[in-house]
Amino acid sequence: MTSPTTEREERSTTSGAGAEPPRTPRTSRWGSLPLPARHLLLAALGLAAVTGLLFATGDLTALRIAAIGYTMLAIAGLQLLVGGSGQVSLGHGAFMMIGAYTMALLILHQPMLPLAANLGIIVVVSIVAGVAVGAATARLHGPYLAGATLILAVGLPGLTHRYHEVFGGSNGLNIRTAGAPPFLDGLLSTSEWRALVVWTTVVIGLAVLATISAGRLGRRMRALRDDETAAAMAGIPVGKTKVVAFVIASTAGGLAGGLQAYVLGTVTPSSFTLVLSLTLLAALVLGGIGSLWGALWASVAIVYLEIWARDLARAMDMSRNAENNLPVVFFGIVLILILRFWPLGVHGALQSLRARLRARSSSS
Amino acid sequence: MRERSGTRAALASALALVLLATACSGAGEVGDSAEVDLDVAPGVTDDSVIIGSHQPLTGPAAPGYLAVSQGAAAVFDYVNAQGGVNGREIDYRVEDDKYDPSETIDVTRQLVIEDEIFAMVGGLGTPTHSGVLDYLNEEGVPDVFPSSGALAWNNTEEHPLTYGWQTDYTKEAKIQGEYIVENFPDQNVGYLFQNDDIGEDSQAGLDQYLSDEVVTRQHYESDVPDLSSQMAEMEDSGAEVIVCSCIPAFVALAMLEAAGMGYEPQWVVSSIGGDTATLQALLAEFTDGTDAEDVPADAFLDGALITSYMPRVEDEDDDWGQFFLSVYDEYGDGGAPTNTHVFGMTQAVMFAQVLKSAGEDLTRQSLIDALETQEWQGPGFTPFSSSDGDHGGHEGVYVVQYKAGGTIEMVQEARVTDREGGPIEEVDFERLSPEDLPFHD
Repeated sequence: MTSPTTEREERSTTSGAGAEPPRTPRTSRWGSLPLPARHLLLAALGLAAVTGLLFATGDLTALRIAAIGYTMLAIAGLQLLVGGSGQVSLGHGAFMMIGAYTMALLILHQPMLPLAANLGIIVVVSIVAGVAVGAATARLHGPYLAGATLILAVGLPGLTHRYHEVFGGSNGLNIRTAGAPPFLDGLLSTSEWRALVVWTTVVIGLAVLATISAGRLGRRMRALRDDETAAAMAGIPVGKTKVVAFVIASTAGGLAGGLQAYVLGTVTPSSFTLVLSLTLLAALVLGGIGSLWGALWASVAIVYLEIWARDLARAMDMSRNAENNLPVVFFGIVLILILRFWPLGVHGALQSLRARLRARSSSS
Repeated sequence: MRERSGTRAALASALALVLLATACSGAGEVGDSAEVDLDVAPGVTDDSVIIGSHQPLTGPAAPGYLAVSQGAAAVFDYVNAQGGVNGREIDYRVEDDKYDPSETIDVTRQLVIEDEIFAMVGGLGTPTHSGVLDYLNEEGVPDVFPSSGALAWNNTEEHPLTYGWQTDYTKEAKIQGEYIVENFPDQNVGYLFQNDDIGEDSQAGLDQYLSDEVVTRQHYESDVPDLSSQMAEMEDSGAEVIVCSCIPAFVALAMLEAAGMGYEPQWVVSSIGGDTATLQALLAEFTDGTDAEDVPADAFLDGALITSYMPRVEDEDDDWGQFFLSVYDEYGDGGAPTNTHVFGMTQAVMFAQVLKSAGEDLTRQSLIDALETQEWQGPGFTPFSSSDGDHGGHEGVYVVQYKAGGTIEMVQEARVTDREGGPIEEVDFERLSPEDLPFHD
């Protein structure tokens, strides 16, 4: 998980959540703003961009934009864990499941609680789960940690069968949530409203993640990732930092799962299998493991690659069997190609492109 | 630059504040949804009508259920070749949801918004279809004949546009229970069921007749393909009759496990697991490479009692069974059709029939009116309810016994009942032949 481009990465992780990178030079007043404020401004900018996009597109796209939102939050958490602190988790989907079931149970049993309170409770539950798992696995390295988290991804869905009455078994739980508030009638559809709620939470979450990543904690994590012994000798508390990283990642995952349940209105164990955890990890590598921006490309890939592949298969008029299986193959091929030519993922490719363009413009 | 992003940021944060403020009402408090407009006809032109379905075409559930949409597609091709319905060709669009509810939600919206389907026909699966039930009803999309026996589809108060199709698990189980009490008096009975609504609803029906005879209740999880401990328990408890409310893979597994122990109970299999062609294929696959390799798959199935409501491909005397064989031969994807294909084919015939009744001037309202007033006369073997607040679909089942060699014998004609404690009644049900039933031009 070591990255050769530490300096470049430092810069990109600070650029955080917005949909557009900051172009303002560091010497301006932008640079003198404190980091959290900068990230919040970028987050607001990102939200504005999403709002614009929502107005420009339809209901179906709204659902997919929301899907990109919560997937991105989950992957951003994973990015901080894997790319930041160098711990590999194969159980990220399990934390999404915890968040999703918390949301569903809250809405079923405490329907009067506002959504913001539900999300708050999900954060608390995810932190508790993250501390429990993180503390147990902090001593594990590399493949052993991956193995331990694997248990989580495989085992947790089984709990829903064991406690059939609470979690609804393999049929899961269905919830209905309030749509757009009355005064926005006609202005926003329910799907668009949900997409906005999701993205508001997501950009705030991303701003927090970006701030953490750029701050002291982020620096400590990267020190750990690059050389654990050296980090310990420099006075960094190894175990504690690892656990904190794990907890932050699981909170992002839990929040993402809660948002997914809110948007889809249904939670079932079959949505949170090992395949989900592996897909999140694979997509993160595809998007670019070194930067939060990678999470954006990764989530776009998860939501849209399959749809594009399906359209492609239809356009080529393939046989039914080929058409059904093309999306999976397509994802695999894209992943292999990107890693072959741009080991740093889509984000790495974009950065090298930018660097080349800059070099050309300065030489001419 | 700074000024502009400042105003934009201010706007965005104002929006965020509004979001927060309005998010203060209960997230789970849902108001009544507005009336939907049914006097519309999206997806309908003078010469075509687009309908959609969500089905598992890939993923773990695909091998068992791929045949449903293949069967339906073959019938719709046949109907189109005869000139369509009221001059309109049926454009049947199937989207793959991998049996994952979050995918179902996405593909259903794609069908409704992008493809502008006129109606959803035969959406497959309980967990998957539950996720889009509210959406379809809120959008005013007729949700015709979901492919599952869950009780949830028959709720005209909450989901007036949903019309169930399959005999629900409780009705089927009641008739199984009565049959066992009458034909195997005082024998010990064991239940084997899938641990979800299938098991829950089936037991509710079986217990009405077998509460004194039942000696053990064993369940399985659909993602754990192992029945060794369950079948050992069955044998220990001395169950002589096993009622299997299971999907085909687990019926086959249970039969193999029992045969391995030298245990020979009387099997009673529900319609969902009673497709003998699928079972034979599974049994052959499971025994491949084991000691039982040479045992023909038929031997395991010999004597099994199966409940059903549809025509069956094994039935050589039945017009519809033979008709479906010939249609699939001409319009299918190759290979021999199974009773799972027949499931989709029966659905397709019945949908085409409603479309025919809805008349030339097709709107969603006219389709609903046709459903509410349709006098059903097959291809199923039982009366069918789609009116007067009862959207329960097939009302009962008949019982057949399978004989090695591929023949079946009708041992009890169709009987009907309700899902509560009502009586089970024999019916006199007249079916029309494929030539007489109006379902195409």
